[in-house]
Amino acid sequence: MQTSADLDTSASALRLGDDALILGQRLAEWSARSPQIEEDIALMNLALDQVGAARALLTRAGELEGQGRDEDDLAYLREEPDWSNALLMEVENGDFGRTMVRVLLVAAYQLPLYDALRHTSDEVLAGVAGKAVKEVTYHLDHARSWVVRLGDGTQESHRRVQQGLDELWPYAAELFETDALTARLVERGIAVDPSSLESPWRAAVEDVLREATLTVPETTWRPTGGRTGAHTTGFGYLLAELQHLHRAHPGASW
Amino acid sequence: MSTEQAPAGFTAEGGHGAVPTAGVPSDERGAKTSQPLWECFVRSRRGLAHTHVGSLHAPDSHMALRNARDLFTRREEGVSLWVVASADIVASSPDEQDSFFDPAGDKPYRHPTFYDVPEGLTHL
Repeated sequence: MQTSADLDTSASALRLGDDALILGQRLAEWSARSPQIEEDIALMNLALDQVGAARALLTRAGELEGQGRDEDDLAYLREEPDWSNALLMEVENGDFGRTMVRVLLVAAYQLPLYDALRHTSDEVLAGVAGKAVKEVTYHLDHARSWVVRLGDGTQESHRRVQQGLDELWPYAAELFETDALTARLVERGIAVDPSSLESPWRAAVEDVLREATLTVPETTWRPTGGRTGAHTTGFGYLLAELQHLHRAHPGASW
Repeated sequence: MSTEQAPAGFTAEGGHGAVPTAGVPSDERGAKTSQPLWECFVRSRRGLAHTHVGSLHAPDSHMALRNARDLFTRREEGVSLWVVASADIVASSPDEQDSFFDPAGDKPYRHPTFYDVPEGLTHL
């Protein structure tokens, strides 16, 4: 019998897993399209790290949910409104500069998040977080290299990476939103308060932006809704690509 | 790309001995100049020497090391990585093969196994 704590932990693992899987899927879209083969492999490594974390997180979410759903059921058989990833994970890649800005914004959030999650009372989540901290540390390093290189590069690279930053910046606010679920999770020692991550996130990101000679965007627009299943138009196309094989050939493997 | 150290008309790029610098089609995006080649060496575990594993393009040493990490150590191949600019490697040229290596061909006594070990000798 599932307790309400189990269900809350399941919902929390689902949010984390959805974030990781959808970002991994977006990054995987660069496969064979990167500017150079070395970067192609680097991007796929980032994508695989995210997908790997997603597998463990979705599996845990399914276990605690108690309805017999495994990672594949959760990844391949849910409709758009059932997904709880933040919008920042799902918006289109744009150009390479914008893609790297997203990796920067997400890694700077996931690093303190997973770092705190290592001390959660759920042992499985703590294990996933312990592994993910090392991976995300590298993601942040990689994104930092590129954002500084492009921002402090040519006029054209600066213009494009600044544009990508301006476009993605408003979506970051959703990462730090709190709701009834996060409040209960904090109370039970299962999850970290998302709002407490904003200041370390901002410090880390602004540090990179300063070095990259980029301007921190000023905006009052705060798109939101991903956590409750209200997704962007492009998300349906992303799910179609992610799910079509499993839906056409259920249980396919190789 | 510097060819000062390599014989005229050759470069050590690729790390597989000298290759001609002329008559080779170059990347139209200018990869040869803005993204020079780096040779990568991996130490698979402590106590072993670094071994050449391949080469890659990168704009500078920082990126070369990270690219090498992503290309050559993603399956637990190593505990340490070196990258060296290919242009900095001095290689022997095919023209020098005879004078460099043939003279050693008829001197098997340079192998320690050439000699009989005297009876009763210990600690060898």
